[in-house]
Amino acid sequence: MGESATYSRAIKRHSRIDLFIRLVREKPLGTVGAVIVLILLQAGIFADLLAPYGFNEIYVADRLAPPSGTNILGADNLGRDLLSRIIFGARISMFVSLGASFLSIVISTLIGIISGYLGGKTDLVIQRFVDAWMCFPPLFIILTVMAIVGPGLLQVIVVLGVLYGIGGSRIVRGAVISIKENIYVDAAVSTGCSTGRLLIRHILPNVMAPTIILFTTRMGAAIIAEASISFLGFGIPPPTPSWGGMLSESGRKYMLQAPWMAIWPGLALSIVVYGINMFGDAVRDLLDPRLRGGIGRYSGAKRKRPKRLSG
Amino acid sequence: MRAYVIRRLLLIIPTLFLVTLIVFFSVRFVPGNVVDLMAAEMAAAAGTGGELTAKVIAHELGLDVPVHIQYGKWLGGLFRGDLGESLWTKRPILNEIVSRLPISLELGILAIIIGLLIAFPIGVYSAIRQDTRGDYIGRSFAIMCIAVPSFWIGTMVMVFPSVWWNWSPPVQCIPITENLGQNLLQFIIPAAIMGMVLSGVTMRMTRTMVLEVLRQDYIRTAWSKGLRERVVVMRHALKNSLIPVVTIIGMQIPILIGGSVIMEQIFCLPGIGRLLILSLNTRDYPVISGINVMMASAILGINLLVDITYGYLDPRVHYR
Repeated sequence: MGESATYSRAIKRHSRIDLFIRLVREKPLGTVGAVIVLILLQAGIFADLLAPYGFNEIYVADRLAPPSGTNILGADNLGRDLLSRIIFGARISMFVSLGASFLSIVISTLIGIISGYLGGKTDLVIQRFVDAWMCFPPLFIILTVMAIVGPGLLQVIVVLGVLYGIGGSRIVRGAVISIKENIYVDAAVSTGCSTGRLLIRHILPNVMAPTIILFTTRMGAAIIAEASISFLGFGIPPPTPSWGGMLSESGRKYMLQAPWMAIWPGLALSIVVYGINMFGDAVRDLLDPRLRGGIGRYSGAKRKRPKRLSG
Repeated sequence: MRAYVIRRLLLIIPTLFLVTLIVFFSVRFVPGNVVDLMAAEMAAAAGTGGELTAKVIAHELGLDVPVHIQYGKWLGGLFRGDLGESLWTKRPILNEIVSRLPISLELGILAIIIGLLIAFPIGVYSAIRQDTRGDYIGRSFAIMCIAVPSFWIGTMVMVFPSVWWNWSPPVQCIPITENLGQNLLQFIIPAAIMGMVLSGVTMRMTRTMVLEVLRQDYIRTAWSKGLRERVVVMRHALKNSLIPVVTIIGMQIPILIGGSVIMEQIFCLPGIGRLLILSLNTRDYPVISGINVMMASAILGINLLVDITYGYLDPRVHYR
């Protein structure tokens, strides 16, 4: 027993390293994405050490100062250093993206497994709720709920997490429905496996791949969503430096005199979401069995074939 | 097929009922109640105020009866196609929404057209040249479309051309009936920005589906018959890979509607999104509920249509 556990752990570790090697070797864009994600995490975690100033330190003399030695990226309309605000903004984006994605996959997995495995009436009822929830335009629901709960970081995370969680439960449910038809599930049931154990030990590990993909796609979406609602004034209230919030009111008002106020946050958002998506794509390509192998990759060698046949 | 459609239509009923429940009750929890807002406004205007005004206003607006009775009244109105009237302007909500619908609709349709025009060619190219430089450029472009926040581009477009070339997008909305050219010119920029987001998602889906189909046996057969690449891709691969893309486009519509909120706000287009933001800020419950119910029903209808289209496009799909 102990030996086999060590063995399977070794295989797991090996496959993880293997996945990493394949990422670097086969997916250069995915590797770039991974590096960007790492930079975001570093900036978020060590914001206090990295930022030259506090995010709300006001120097009136530097009002709307262009990029220079003291303010590398310039200063905003209150004389706050933009680089520092961007770095602290990374922390907000990190919290939102990790928090909301984590909450969302927990909710997705919970609803998806229960609804998919139990099936029947339970499934029908749960799915009607999911239907009802999913037929609202996401931004409408976010704005309405944000108006109800009031602005704030925690509120944004919970609202986005629940929104994405309920939506994503469809994907997990679909995966569970196909998994439960497998013979090993019948085998587990026939050996007297309890439902709870079956769900956790047999079903859950098999829905991990779609769940990881969901997680990475949600990370980028959450950052954009937070920025959008902060931009519209329903998200994270000032003076907390959210990238979206920095682009709203003051960013737009002073954009003609100080274009850097609007350029940097937008650029930061774009690069980070780009990185997350690239990374997520690569992970999906590596994890999705439908895209694995097959009859060889459709690439150079394949394209030469018709030529050889005709000539 | 008919049985399937009927069953789907029947399933819409409980869903819509849940939608009305969610919409009605969630909106009632909005803090900073409309009665207080109005009382404050009236007190400021007349110099009097307090408890009495608040009670009168609540009675006037029909907000002093228990919530479930308000809900019943509202639901009854819905059945007769009456969404009630705005608490502030007293105008019927249905008219408000319908009069703003053409703007949002035009924006949405233009965005879909632009999105697909970008998405299909790049998606297919990216797939048939998987892991080449062209593929990387195409995919980077698609992901840029998703990654760059639309409100950022929108703001940039509003400001920088006016700085550089002294030109800025018009802020006065020109109706399509008045001047088609001017109207299109005004809508094309926000629609292109919305279309970019759409094209990013659609392009990736197209690429994935084409990749999947290219691994099928019948593609190998087509190759071995000695068909040219164009024929293999256009006739054999593309048709079968575009079916799931239809679903993705259907699924994008709610996001498109959401995106129109931001674009309408930035480009000052008086569409439904602007109405929503306005009524959220003024706590105009019936308008918020009305917009949400309308949008939700529209999306339910679109989803059903997408599923039925699926059956026509893919003869392998059978509805039972």
